[in-house]
Amino acid sequence: MENLNLILPEIFISLSIMFLLILGVFKNDRSKIIFNLSLFSILITTIITFNETFSVTRETLFNESVVIDSMSSLMKIITLIGGFLVLVISSTYLKTFKIYNIEYPVLILSSILGMMVMISSNDLIVFYMGLELQSLALYVLATYNRDLLKSSEAGLKYFVLSALSSGLLLYGCSLVYGFSGSTNFDIISNQLNSEEYVLTFGIVFILVGLAFKISAVPFHMWAPDVYEGSPTTVTLFFTIVPKVAALTVLIRFLYVPFLNLIDQWQMIIVFLSIASMVFGAVAAIGQTNIKRLIAYSSIGHIGYTLAGLATASNEGIQSSIIYISIYVVMNLALFSCLLMLRRKDQYYENIDDLSGLSKNHPLLSLCLLVILFSLAGIPPLAGFFAKFYVFKAVLEQSMYFLAIVGLLSTVVAAFYYLRIIKIMYFDKEKDKYDNDHSLWLKLSLTVSTILILLYFIFPSQLIEVVSRINII
Amino acid sequence: MNFPILSSLILLPIVGALFLFFTKDKEGNNLTAKYVALFTTVVNFLISIYLWISFDQSTSTFQFVEDRTWIEGFINYKVGVDGISILFIILTTFITPLCIISVNNSVKNRLRDFLIAILIMESFMIGVFCALDLVVFYLFFEAGLIPMFLIIGIWGGARRVYSAFKFFLYTLLGSVLMLVAIISIYWITGTTDVVQLYEIGIDVKYQNLLWLAFFSSFAVKTPMWPVHTWLPDAHVEAPTAGSVLLAAILLKMAGYGFIRFSLGLFPFASELFTPLIYTLSVIAIIFTSLIALMQEDMKKLIAYSSVAHMGFVTLGIFTLQQQGIEGSIIQMISHGLVSAALFLTVGVVYDRMHSRLISTYGGLVSVIPKYSILFMLFALASLGLPGTSGFIGEFLILMGAFKDNFLVAVIASIGVILGAAYMLWLYKRVVFGKLLNEDLKKILDLNRSEYFILSCLAAPILFFGFYPDPLINTIEVSVTDLINMHNTNIASK
Repeated sequence: MENLNLILPEIFISLSIMFLLILGVFKNDRSKIIFNLSLFSILITTIITFNETFSVTRETLFNESVVIDSMSSLMKIITLIGGFLVLVISSTYLKTFKIYNIEYPVLILSSILGMMVMISSNDLIVFYMGLELQSLALYVLATYNRDLLKSSEAGLKYFVLSALSSGLLLYGCSLVYGFSGSTNFDIISNQLNSEEYVLTFGIVFILVGLAFKISAVPFHMWAPDVYEGSPTTVTLFFTIVPKVAALTVLIRFLYVPFLNLIDQWQMIIVFLSIASMVFGAVAAIGQTNIKRLIAYSSIGHIGYTLAGLATASNEGIQSSIIYISIYVVMNLALFSCLLMLRRKDQYYENIDDLSGLSKNHPLLSLCLLVILFSLAGIPPLAGFFAKFYVFKAVLEQSMYFLAIVGLLSTVVAAFYYLRIIKIMYFDKEKDKYDNDHSLWLKLSLTVSTILILLYFIFPSQLIEVVSRINII
Repeated sequence: MNFPILSSLILLPIVGALFLFFTKDKEGNNLTAKYVALFTTVVNFLISIYLWISFDQSTSTFQFVEDRTWIEGFINYKVGVDGISILFIILTTFITPLCIISVNNSVKNRLRDFLIAILIMESFMIGVFCALDLVVFYLFFEAGLIPMFLIIGIWGGARRVYSAFKFFLYTLLGSVLMLVAIISIYWITGTTDVVQLYEIGIDVKYQNLLWLAFFSSFAVKTPMWPVHTWLPDAHVEAPTAGSVLLAAILLKMAGYGFIRFSLGLFPFASELFTPLIYTLSVIAIIFTSLIALMQEDMKKLIAYSSVAHMGFVTLGIFTLQQQGIEGSIIQMISHGLVSAALFLTVGVVYDRMHSRLISTYGGLVSVIPKYSILFMLFALASLGLPGTSGFIGEFLILMGAFKDNFLVAVIASIGVILGAAYMLWLYKRVVFGKLLNEDLKKILDLNRSEYFILSCLAAPILFFGFYPDPLINTIEVSVTDLINMHNTNIASK
C-alpha cells in the first residue's frame, strides 16, 4: 500500500476546490465565506505539507511518477504561502473593480493545485497534467477583469502564446519519450545518451517551453503585456507563484532526466541567463508603467536565478532557490506598495504617480526605498545576499564571464530602480493617496520589508533549510 | 570576552538614528533632533578617544578583535583595528559631530531625515575602517552609497539628480568587480578573513587580475584620474555637511583599501602595477591642479584640489617605502581635516550670499576678519605650509617618492607649487581685493557655532603640524610590519 500521507496536501486542496464549487452554487456571487474558506484551506494545506513532507528526504509514489523530496516540499510551501498572501491582500482591489467573485479564490486554488502536481512530478505525463491545470486557471485569471479591454487582451495573448509553448513542450516530451522508451524521469536519465542528435531537439523544445513559462529572454514577449493588462493582484500572482513552480520543474528536468547531457543544455541555460539579465536591465529603463517595469525587472531576476542553475552544481541549485525565495518576498512587498496607491476607488500604476511620495507618505516611501534598493542588490539588504549566493556558486565553477556580465547588468538595473527612488524622493509632490488600507495589506508590507531589511542579521536560517536540497 | 567596543562604535549611530526615526518630525529648525544626533555622535567620539588611549602602539596585531560566526562556515563577522585603521575611525567620529553642528541653514526641510542619513552613514564608515573580513568590508563599503545618494539627491543643489545618479552608478560600477574578486578569493584560498589571508597569501598567478578588480573599485572611490569626474559634481551639488563627509571620510575609504587590501593581499601585483599608479597619480596631481586653477566655483575648486591631494596619497602608498605610506596616512588624515574645513568655510559664505562663484566675492577681509583669518589658515594647510598638518603628509610622501623614483618625485613637487598657486589665488580673489559687491557689506562674521566648528578643525591642523608624533607613533609599527611583510613576500619568490 502506498503512503498516501505524502500527497495529503494535494488531496486536501482538490477536495476543498470541489467543496467550494458546490458551496458556491448555494451562495451568492460575492460571498465572503468562500473567500475566507479558501484562505483557510490554503493555510491547512500549508500545515499539512509542512507536517507530512517537510522531513522526508526522498520518497516516490505511484510507480515512481510522483516524487516527494526536500525540494518539492520547500517549493510547495513557498507556493502556498505566496498564494495565500496574494489572496489575502487582493480583496480591496477586487471590490474596487467589482470583481470580488467566488471564482477568483477557486481559480487561484486550482492553479496552486496544478503547480503542486508540477512540483512533485517525476513523470512527463504527470508534469504535463499539472502544467495544463495551472495554465488554464491562469488564462482565466488574466482576463479576470473582463470588462476591461486590456485585461481581455492580456488573457488572450497569454492563452495563444502559452498554448504554443505547451505545444512545443509536448513535442519535446514526445521526442524524449521516443528515444528513452519511458516517461519516468529516473528511467529517462539512465536511458539517454548524448549520441543521438535528435534528442538534442527534444531537450531544446522542452527548455523553450519552460523558458516561456518563466519568461526568460528570448521567450519573454508575453510578459510585459500580460503583466500590464491583468488585474494587479493577478500580476502579483503571475510574478511569483508560477515562476516558483516552473523553476522547480526546470531544476528537476535539468538535473534528473537530462543530467548526463549537461554539455548539451549548459550553454543554452547560460545564454538564457545572460540574455535575460542584460535585456531585463536595459529594456526596463524606458518604461513608464510600474507593472511593465516590474515585468522587465522580473525577467532580469529570472536571469540571475538561471545563472545559478547553469553551474550544474548543488551549490548553484541551492543559490537559485534562495534567490527565488528572496525574490518572492521582494515582489510581494513591491506589489503591496503598488496596491496602496489608491485614491477614490482608482488605482495608480504609472511611475509618475509616485512623484513626491515621500512628502505625503513617508513610511510607505521608506518601505519602497528599502524594497527598490534590495531589488537593485545593494548591501546590506536581502537582494544583495540573493545575488551574492548566486555569484558565489557561479564563480565556484569559474564561470567568470557569466558573473561579470551579471554584475554589470546589476549596475544598469540599478539605474531604473534609482529612477523610481528619484521620482519618489526628489520630485514635487502630488495629491495624497487614501490611507485606509486593509490590515492584511499593511501587515504583508511591513513584514516583508522588515524581512528584507533585517535579513542580514540571520542569514543562516534560510541557507540551512535550502542546504538540505541535494539533487545531484 | 571583552566589551565589544568596535561593534558599539558601529551600532551606536544606528541606535541614535532609530531613536530619531521614532520621534516626531517638526518643521523648521528641529533642535531636539539635532541634540539627539549630536549627543550620539559626541558619545561615539569619546568612545573612539578611549579606544585610542587604550590602544597598544607597540604591536601591529589587530586589537579589540571581535569574531562571530555570521554565515555558518563561510563568513565571520570580524572587526578589529590596528595602527592604520584607528586613525580613520577617530577622524570619522570627529568629523561627524562637526557636520551635525554645521547643519544650520543649509538644510531647510526634513532635518530629521537628514540627521538619520548622516548617522547611518557614520556607522557604515566606521564599519569600513574596522572590517577584517572582505565580505563585511564590501557590505559596509557599498551600503554607504544609499545614505549618500539620498543626502545628495534630496538636500542637494540644482543639478542634484544628475550628480546623485553619477555618484551612485560610478561607484557601483567600480565595486561590482571587487565583489567578483572577493568571491574568487574565497574559492582560491577558502577564506575571506583578512588576517588569515595575510598569513596564507594568494597564489601569484591570480594576483594581477584580483588586484585590478580591487583597483577598479578603489580608483573610482579615491578618485583617480580619469574616473574622477563624479567627484566635482557630487561635491558641488551636495549640501555642505554632505560635501564634508564625502571629502573628509568617503574618499579615505579607498586610500585605506589600497593600504589594507591591495598592498597587503597582492604584494606582487602591487609591485607590478606601481608604474600605472605612479602615472595616474602624477597626471592627477598636475592635471587636476591645472583644472582647479581655472575654476570659478569655489566648491568645484576644492573638489579638484581633493583629487590632486588624493593623487599624492596614492603616489605615497605605492612608493612602498616607510615614509611614503606613513606620509599617505597622515596626508589622508590631514586632508580629511583641511578639506572638511574648506568646505565648511565655503558653506559659511554660501549660507549668507547663496553663491559659490568666486566672482561674487572679493574684499571679505574688511567685512568679516575672523572668517578671513581662519580661511587663510585652512588655505595654507591645504597647500602644505610647514607648521600645518598638510606639510607633514606631503613632505613624507615626497621623501618616499624620491627614494623610489626620482622623476616622479620631481613632477609631483611641481604639483605642490601648483597647489599653492590655485589656493592662494582663490584666497586672494575671495578675501582680498576691492569690495565691489554691495551685498557683501551687510554680511555678518562667524556666529558662535561656526566659530566653534572651524576652531575645532584648526586646532588639530596646527597641533599635528607642529607635533605629529601622536599620529606617527600610532601608525609606525603597523606600517613597518606591513612593509616587512611585503618585502618577505617579494623575497620569498
